[in-house]
Amino acid sequence: MSELVRSYLTVAIFAAAAVGLVGLLLGISRILRPQRPSVSKQMAYESGVDPEGGDWAQSQIRYYVFAVLFVIFDVEAVFIFPWAVRLEVYGLFGLIEMFIFIAILALGLGYAWRKGVLRWV
Amino acid sequence: MSGDPLLRGTIDFVDVLVVLFKVGIAFGFLLVATMFMVWFERKLISDMQNRIGPNVAGPWGILQTLADGLKFFFKEDLRPREADSLVFRLAPYLSVVTAFVAFAIVPVGGVFKDGDPTSGTVSLFGKETYLQVADPPMGILLLLAASSIAVYGIMLAGWSSGSKYPLLGAVRASAQAISYEAALGMAVVAVVIAAGSLSTHDIVAAQSGGYRSWYWFATGLIPFVVFFIAATAELNRPPFDLVEAEQELVGGFHTEYSSIRFAMFFLAEFMNVITMSAIMVTLFFGGPAGPIFFGLDWLFPTLWFFGKVLVFLFVFVWFRATLPRLRYDQLMNLGWKVLIPVMLGWLLVYRAIVLWRDDKIDPIPTIIVGSIIAIVCTALLTAAFSAGDRAFERENTPSDREGS
Repeated sequence: MSELVRSYLTVAIFAAAAVGLVGLLLGISRILRPQRPSVSKQMAYESGVDPEGGDWAQSQIRYYVFAVLFVIFDVEAVFIFPWAVRLEVYGLFGLIEMFIFIAILALGLGYAWRKGVLRWV
Repeated sequence: MSGDPLLRGTIDFVDVLVVLFKVGIAFGFLLVATMFMVWFERKLISDMQNRIGPNVAGPWGILQTLADGLKFFFKEDLRPREADSLVFRLAPYLSVVTAFVAFAIVPVGGVFKDGDPTSGTVSLFGKETYLQVADPPMGILLLLAASSIAVYGIMLAGWSSGSKYPLLGAVRASAQAISYEAALGMAVVAVVIAAGSLSTHDIVAAQSGGYRSWYWFATGLIPFVVFFIAATAELNRPPFDLVEAEQELVGGFHTEYSSIRFAMFFLAEFMNVITMSAIMVTLFFGGPAGPIFFGLDWLFPTLWFFGKVLVFLFVFVWFRATLPRLRYDQLMNLGWKVLIPVMLGWLLVYRAIVLWRDDKIDPIPTIIVGSIIAIVCTALLTAAFSAGDRAFERENTPSDREGS
């Protein structure tokens, strides 16, 4: 088992402890709390009145556009992080490369901006 | 490659014990600190608003959080009939576990010296180790991973509730979190450029040359400001607490959660505040760096670390008492139109400055090449803007609207 695996294993132990804690707290509460369900208790909350319609609400399509934009910038991070770690190797060449890369990204963001998808009415 | 000396070579029983000990300490600390933070926030905000605040349970009301927490255990757990049972129960786990995991990479003590292989190590039960739960070589990415998965906790909680307010709140929260995560990640890149490593231990070690080498200063203030704003938005803290805008969304994504399950979200929220403060101290304020008096080098670094974290906790509460909530369009504009472009530009400028400082490049050709690239980019951007304008006009002409 290499050192790399070991250090992630430590993180995994930490996460497992957290899962255990949540499970423990939920378990204790399950024993202690009363359980008397009724129809009105199981209704969805809608500011005190009976819920109107189904449990699905429509939401703005704009959120979807932001999700797509986020994917672009998150994938970009995948390329930028290795570049940032290995700077000495790439030097000026790396800087120019990254300049072009970021310029293309900025182009996309600028287009989305002017197209009005970043506008929130 | 460096790494925790404890995990090098063969592993014996004591090594395993030390790891478990560190996990236990960090775990206990986070829980106690979370309880403290809830009390600290309530007490401080009541001071700022000229109220008394909690003052009954324990001295200065310090046990109030414990009393509230105990009460949650005895409350009936309500679940709407429309709720997706499995996902509804899974969501609190996702929120709490991600809140814990990010703290694992934070170094909380030890004397750091740049370039010294023994820097930052302490002796626990006769074993040399780092005062952090784990030091994976890609440590800081763990923060980004955890905050990405935390979005799932929020989204699934809202979606599975089978109710309208939580669904709207969850969609809103997810859009906010992912928008600011992009800016957050890029602010981290600036630190990585300066340190040349993704390991939090190396990042702290690189900041050990006095307060001028701390990265809020050394990376030119902009990454720190962007990170701080983005972190506040990630934490859904005021002035970015639109997720819990009571007037519009009741409780947001956890409206349908009650009893101990609600307490889990509450715990995760405050734990994230502490973790994010600790990360900011690590990335930008030298972690445990600070003057050491009386040769007490096992005590003062840890004290400095917690002191710095406390300052950030105070500032978060201060924000809440001072700043009004942003409107949603203002929030999105700040994220996409200010923070991300500024950070993208600053990354390149900062990289050029680092190159220039290391005498790797000649300033004159760089300026010439830079200006040519800038002109080309501006031309392309202008073209994109006008194309976007035309498309926008086309879609919004009156004749079009009548047709639809």
